[in-house]
Amino acid sequence: MLYRENGQFKTTYRDDLAVFPIRQDRVFIGALLAVAFLVVPSLASEYALRALLIPFLIYALAAIGLNLLVGYCGQISLGTGAFMAVGAYAAYNLVIRVPELNFLIVLVLAGLCAAAAGMLFGIPSLRIKGLYLAVATLAAQFFIDWMFARVKWFTDYSSSGSVSPAAIELFGLTIDTPQAKYLFVLAVVVVLTLAAKNLVRGHIGREWMAIRDMDVAAEVIGIRPVYAKLSAFAVSSFIVGVAGALWGFVHLGAWEPAAFNLNLSLRLLFMIIIGGMGSILGCFFGAAFMWFLPILLNQLPTALGIPISTATIAHLELMIVGALIVFFLIVEPHGLARLWSIGKEKLRLWPFPH
Amino acid sequence: MTSKNLPVTILLGLLAVGMFLPLAQAGTATGFWLEVLIGGLMAGVLYALVALGFVLIFKASGVFNFAQGAMVLFAALALARLAEWMPLWLAFVLAALIMVAFAWVVERLVLRKLVNQEGVTLLMATLGIAFFLDGFGQTIWGSDIYKIDLGISKEPLLALQSVFEGGILLNRDDILAAVIATLLVLALALFFQKTPTGRALRAVADDHQAAQSIGIPLSTIWVIVWSVAGFVALVAGMVWGGKLGVQFSLQEIALRALPVVILGGFTSVPGAIIGGLIIGVGEKMSEVFLAPILVKAFDLAGGGIENWFAYVLALVFLLVRPEGLFGEKHIDRV
Repeated sequence: MLYRENGQFKTTYRDDLAVFPIRQDRVFIGALLAVAFLVVPSLASEYALRALLIPFLIYALAAIGLNLLVGYCGQISLGTGAFMAVGAYAAYNLVIRVPELNFLIVLVLAGLCAAAAGMLFGIPSLRIKGLYLAVATLAAQFFIDWMFARVKWFTDYSSSGSVSPAAIELFGLTIDTPQAKYLFVLAVVVVLTLAAKNLVRGHIGREWMAIRDMDVAAEVIGIRPVYAKLSAFAVSSFIVGVAGALWGFVHLGAWEPAAFNLNLSLRLLFMIIIGGMGSILGCFFGAAFMWFLPILLNQLPTALGIPISTATIAHLELMIVGALIVFFLIVEPHGLARLWSIGKEKLRLWPFPH
Repeated sequence: MTSKNLPVTILLGLLAVGMFLPLAQAGTATGFWLEVLIGGLMAGVLYALVALGFVLIFKASGVFNFAQGAMVLFAALALARLAEWMPLWLAFVLAALIMVAFAWVVERLVLRKLVNQEGVTLLMATLGIAFFLDGFGQTIWGSDIYKIDLGISKEPLLALQSVFEGGILLNRDDILAAVIATLLVLALALFFQKTPTGRALRAVADDHQAAQSIGIPLSTIWVIVWSVAGFVALVAGMVWGGKLGVQFSLQEIALRALPVVILGGFTSVPGAIIGGLIIGVGEKMSEVFLAPILVKAFDLAGGGIENWFAYVLALVFLLVRPEGLFGEKHIDRV
């Protein structure tokens, strides 16, 4: 009833290739974006923007980057946190060493640095895959963690090893209020999400998926594995690097090397498993789930008046996340995104199922 | 020497040269060098213990068990807390039973449902198990630092005093660790070679389908193998915990056993041991002798290269010889 595409005919190739071929989807996305850009900044409290929405958006962006690699190209990575760190530290060094550079250019350059690092550590993927690649990316994680903690040049010789960049300036405006930060992050996320969505619909995304599904067959039909895999590593790390720069500059403000550790990498991997591998939408679901669940767990017992120590809550969170990972892998490997599309299918017939 | 083995030979040669280089340097006492070497070997024995768990599970069920570290922590926590109530041997038996129960639950709830899935899916499932086990273990056993008292004095032993000036300091618990690890490996070797169950395990490791077709029950075998891995985790947890205290960081140390498996080969028990020794010695040697040079050359804020040394070594190994030193040749090349 609500969600039915009767009477919507595709009369041109353009229509057929649209990102959202169904009118209701277009209306829904348009309304969502309008709310996100216009209503949310004026209504949401400072806490909601700073502690809920901004980190959620950045997590979602990083998850999209990782999903391009794991969900679309089938190359597992446990080093996402390290590539976020490359983006964050590259942005930091660019800002303090070349202060006159526009921050958008800084973001792009930081992303490119992360892409270079990603390609470097992606080289083993040309010879190995699966479990072995997981270890290779773990090497990236540990090495890069160490590098930023120990090589003083990266942290501009700060004595504690932590860095605290100044507020972002963009076209003469200082982005320091939660509203401005939120809008800035939202804009970046929307642009990169759109880019990622179109990338995976196009030529290169299809190459990645072919490699993921069966690399030998992909090679036989003329896809160069070297090119496809390295491009997946590069694009994925670019997005992850931009997310890392945003995470450092906008969300954390000041950070120490441990901010981008293995735990972050694992969390991002869990986001795409829970949200849905090979789905851009799923990244948002997964990021929302992984970011809001601990907050909810922290608030709920207090709201209900049940006394639970914070340590227990932290352990409880580990247990819930761990159990859910196994649950989703067994029951619904395509994650929340798949549940969403099942819901949409049901809505086409509802409320007259015959 | 075939040309295929050349890169590996060169690599191992470089490692060996790097190991003996400090001796050639003036100012390094042979006794001190030997102490570092022995310290590395001891750490290597412990890595090998954790790596054994990886190899056992990988051989029998093709699962790359990321939860081995969490299992070590869980078993050590169980042992430490139970030992507060009862004698150590009883706590050990109970903890072993708990690990068997855990193996059964994992087989029932996870492995059985994920039969025939890709290796990467199984890897991610074990990540989930690792997270769950971390939370679960700390919820029921508590999350402080606990002691396991193995009844050994912390007084170091002085050896070879007549040969070197000042002798060599040895830790008693390190020696115990080496003895336990050797006994465990011997016991495992006997178990695998001489018992019917061990033979069935090897059959499953060789070929799942063939094993099943001659009537070996796969699910039982998986429970057994995870139990054995749980037992190995318990022993590793006991030795590590006795040395450092049972705490959360135990799990991260166990994570360092991953490169050991890469180095030695996923499917080789001797590989796990030799890989463990190479990594242990390499880490300690590089930390003690290489790190100061690096710090001076690049103006670093402290060493700490043992955090990545093993992984980068494994990475290089993956490029020249993905199957590891002793692993089976069969590997999905791309």
